[in-house]
Amino acid sequence: MAMFENLSKRLEGIFNNLGGQGKLTEDDVNAALREVRLALIEADVNLKVARQFVDRVKEKAIGADVMGSLSPAQQVLSIVNDELVEFLGGEGVNNKLDLNGAPPHIIMLVGLQGSGKTTSAAKLANYLRKQGQRPLMVAADMYRPAAVNQLKSLGRQLSIPVYSEPMGADPVNICVNSLDFAREQACSVVILDTAGRLNIDERMMSEVVTIRERVRPQEILLVADAMTGQEAVRVADDFNKAVSLTGMILTKMDGDARGGAALSIRTVTGVPVKFMGVGEKTDALEPFYPDRLASRILGM
Amino acid sequence: QETDTITDSLWDELEESLLGADVGPSTTLWLIERLRQRVSDENMRTGGQVQQALREELSALLGKSSSLRFSKQSPLTVILVIGVNGSGKTTSIAKMAYRLKREGHSVMLAAADTFRAAAIDQLQEWGNRVEVPVISQKPNSDPGAVVFDALQAAQSRGSDVLIVDTAGRLHTKFNLMEELKKINKIIQRFVPDGPHELLMVIDATTGQNALLQARKFAEDIGLTGVIITKMDSTAKGGFAFAVADDLGVPIKFIGTGEKVENLMPFEPQNFVAALFAQQ
Ligand SMILES: Nc1nc2c(ncn2[C@@H]2O[C@H](COP(=O)(O)OP(=O)(O)OP(=O)(O)O)[C@@H](O)[C@H]2O)c(=O)[nH]1
Ligand SMILES: Nc1nc2c(ncn2[C@@H]2O[C@H](COP(=O)(O)OP(=O)(O)OP(=O)(O)O)[C@@H](O)[C@H]2O)c(=O)[nH]1
Ligand SMILES: [K+]
Ligand SMILES: [Mg+2]
Ligand SMILES: [Mg+2]
Repeated sequence: MAMFENLSKRLEGIFNNLGGQGKLTEDDVNAALREVRLALIEADVNLKVARQFVDRVKEKAIGADVMGSLSPAQQVLSIVNDELVEFLGGEGVNNKLDLNGAPPHIIMLVGLQGSGKTTSAAKLANYLRKQGQRPLMVAADMYRPAAVNQLKSLGRQLSIPVYSEPMGADPVNICVNSLDFAREQACSVVILDTAGRLNIDERMMSEVVTIRERVRPQEILLVADAMTGQEAVRVADDFNKAVSLTGMILTKMDGDARGGAALSIRTVTGVPVKFMGVGEKTDALEPFYPDRLASRILGM
Repeated sequence: QETDTITDSLWDELEESLLGADVGPSTTLWLIERLRQRVSDENMRTGGQVQQALREELSALLGKSSSLRFSKQSPLTVILVIGVNGSGKTTSIAKMAYRLKREGHSVMLAAADTFRAAAIDQLQEWGNRVEVPVISQKPNSDPGAVVFDALQAAQSRGSDVLIVDTAGRLHTKFNLMEELKKINKIIQRFVPDGPHELLMVIDATTGQNALLQARKFAEDIGLTGVIITKMDSTAKGGFAFAVADDLGVPIKFIGTGEKVENLMPFEPQNFVAALFAQQ
């Protein structure tokens, strides 16, 4: 069970055997797209999304003229790459946060356990402060041991204020009360760090729904681990249905995960990736660029 | 009329259910190939037979169930817990401590994640809840020094199990992998046959990267077992087949929630059954 070889090598192999001339024929394309589909799944793109994607590529690839400078394999790869960029939001992707209107602007972070919410809260606060905002972080995780201390410690490192309440407080009240605090302290952005939760945990999902109803965040970002596999779609879809996501932060992109989950999430929910987490430190946050993720998914 | 025949769409369904459970293309294609061979060799006629054969093949990849190993030479057993960021190491350690304590062991924990914000507090909080001592130093101190202290403390207080919590690290980070090797060596200085368990913790929601992680950790410091956490999620953890088969490393436990009781010994049969269960 060897790892998949590089996609471009496999495609070269296929076209060498089939030897399409002049135009790409349907058989050539079908054989090539089977490899593309498997490569996407190997990169953690959801099965159904991979199929949908490959169907779109097929339309573009069949009958495409084989251009002088590109081999058929390179040509298919280039169509795949362009389509990936398109699926991921296109060149002109809107990865900006919505901070219009009167402050304080509220950003809520949600996601599965351990995806990187608390760390991303600190990264975002740090990033927004550099843009001239006055951030407040809110410790709304009352479940994970030392979750409040984790955020407070990050706040101390950055000298950014953290609103918290004693253990046993209600996360909904904490979020509501934090807004008064933000106004008193003239904070312009409030970042809510919520507890990790499973998309199928009804009680915990209804908690974020209530927080949303009570504080009306302008941005609700799903924090998703770049290493996530096939379930990314279901997770994102469930969160999106519950709270209407406005964007996504893709974390742990400093490893060698291909990040296909982001393509799945983007395709199924239409929610744009806004940032990538690229390390554990509080400055390891980058804006999202579709072309970079596309190359990465293709292993190029 | 016979409806349970072996059709193309049966093969498609099997392929989909495997790929959709994160089993991965390589393992999936290998399994399908092997099943097709068995269908012709063994003259299988029904879809039910194929399904049954698939379950057998999957269970075989996982190997036998395997419990924690204790030292035969030293009075102290050392368990080193490693894995990428946020996979569930610290929580799994609390769960193991709870379990071992109930089985009559005297357990101690070492807070060797000195890097992540409040990682020490988190382990201490778990230590309080489970009522086991936690050896720690200040944030950002040398993890090796914490492990050294903890080994000394465990030996002098006569604990029989020491579990070491380490910082989350991506397998691609050279310095962090070197740090683990150093911790490993310190343990070996105290207990030459240790660490008796080198457990890697993998989140069930992980996709194909799990295999790269496990391979690199196995190469760099060796693994004696795997814990798959967050099996209470909708994910199936299908990477486990490639991990167990490629590396020959057994899965020891699965995590099924955030409470201390939510740790189950790994049962290959149940794991395979859960793979095909609808949620
Ligand atoms: N390498 C790397 N690690 C990250 C990144 N983002 C977060 N982490 C690490 O991932 C682990 C989990 O991060 P947290 O911020 O605690 O995750 P969380 O979502 O708040 O976790 P819960 O509150 O338990 O649900 C920590 O070890 C972080 O340091 C990233 O972009 N790269
Ligand atoms: N649902 C569920 N959540 C889990 C399980 N195991 C751990 N968690 C949660 O996952 C999150 C991360 O767990 P930790 O134990 O802090 O993970 P870690 O690997 O020590 O993280 P770092 O030290 O930051 O690398 C926490 O919110 C845990 O409560 C599990 O089996 N099921
Ligand atoms: K599951
Ligand atoms: Mg958190
Ligand atoms: Mg930890």
